[in-house]
Amino acid sequence: MRRGGARRDRTVESITLPSDDLADDVLVECPVSISSNPKSVPRTLLIACGALAREILAIIEINGLSGMALECLPATLHNHPERIPEAVREKVRAARARGIEDVHVVYADCGTGGSLDRVCEEEGVTRIAGPHCYAFFDGLDAFASRSEEEIGALFLTDFFARQFDALLWKGLGLDRHPELRDMYFGNYDRVVHLAQTDDPVLDDKARAAAARLGLRYVRRKTGYGELADFVTRFALA
Amino acid sequence: MSDEEDDIVLSELSNEELVQQMHDDLYDGLKDEILEGVNILLGRGWQPYQVLTEALVEGMRIVGIDFRDGILFVPEVLLAANAMKGGMGILKPLLAETGAPKQGKMVIGTVKGDIHDIGKNLVSMMMEGAGFEVVDLGINNPAENYLEALEKEDADILGMSALLTTTMPYMKVVIDELKAKGIRENYVVLVGGAPLNEEFGKAIGADAYCRDAAVAVETAKEYMAQRLHNQ
Repeated sequence: MRRGGARRDRTVESITLPSDDLADDVLVECPVSISSNPKSVPRTLLIACGALAREILAIIEINGLSGMALECLPATLHNHPERIPEAVREKVRAARARGIEDVHVVYADCGTGGSLDRVCEEEGVTRIAGPHCYAFFDGLDAFASRSEEEIGALFLTDFFARQFDALLWKGLGLDRHPELRDMYFGNYDRVVHLAQTDDPVLDDKARAAAARLGLRYVRRKTGYGELADFVTRFALA
Repeated sequence: MSDEEDDIVLSELSNEELVQQMHDDLYDGLKDEILEGVNILLGRGWQPYQVLTEALVEGMRIVGIDFRDGILFVPEVLLAANAMKGGMGILKPLLAETGAPKQGKMVIGTVKGDIHDIGKNLVSMMMEGAGFEVVDLGINNPAENYLEALEKEDADILGMSALLTTTMPYMKVVIDELKAKGIRENYVVLVGGAPLNEEFGKAIGADAYCRDAAVAVETAKEYMAQRLHNQ
């Protein structure tokens, strides 16, 4: 869902949405700002990937955390990880300019090859540990221990199951050129749906995504995993 | 495609027009047209090496430039590569027969723990197009695969690829193994992959990080020229 026709205008730096009105297609393409009280400066700011917004808000709500705000960069950056570090730096500096000192980054390394860590160090902010969001949902140790067995796995979180068409199928040009499917995914053998929630509709979407890729489907319930630990740690600090 | 373009009959074009059209067809990923163009040029008496360099490699060079500049994206590059691969399929056996010039020999593979091979396959193809002999080890290679192949093939260059932050450190394991065996200096080591950068390449002891396939070809050529100069 989009509001106010300028939503896709890249000059619009941020928008404010109440948490119950979050729409995934906004999270995919646009920067988003969410605060429980937009008129006051929050104590703690989380700068996150749009693919994690729904889950972070759920953790905040479940744990009754206050004084936190969330700013998300577009989830499309998932397909351009080289752009993530500087986009995060810009957000951190903008937050500091608004007087927010307690800033944390909710991105895994996400294919930045350590560049995001360097930016976090330079800007003096912490980042959630892990190579990918799949890993911290699954649990870093468990994910690492299965890396050999699951070398052929394509991981989908709830978000990526929901946004399979926009981010993966269309993002990789498979809507226009489905013949490229096996060039992209020929070495994979399964889709592993790391499910944050119990939602039969999402399960069906993930299963259908696996079928379109010609891969077998595996579902693993992870809940919010180590993302919940990270978010609550700063609320309690 | 417009009606006007539909009317183009490749066999009626002059050599110069046909080569230009093949560049456009490669850009558009039109494999059938590339196959037809290659066969027409061969039928007109062109040497396979000339078809390869002037029609295919030059066409892919243009694709590479526009990819680097953000004009083309991965799907378009894959389609172009697929078209070039079709043309190479016709030319490769002929190149072997006609003794095309050889630049050197490369062993290439994706590192252990990683199954991503799109970039590695592009590099392989472009290196072959540039006259290198390429031994492609495929995906998920432990260090011993590389070392065995380098020795067995008497290769000049080792190419390693990784897409994952978690697998790219394995490149250092391979390089350290070469050092431990005292054979590191026998090979030019080139590394590439989306999460890598020049700093990483230096830190692990590679000779060069290659941002894309075109850079890999140019870098390999430079190192081979240096080697010849130093012999």
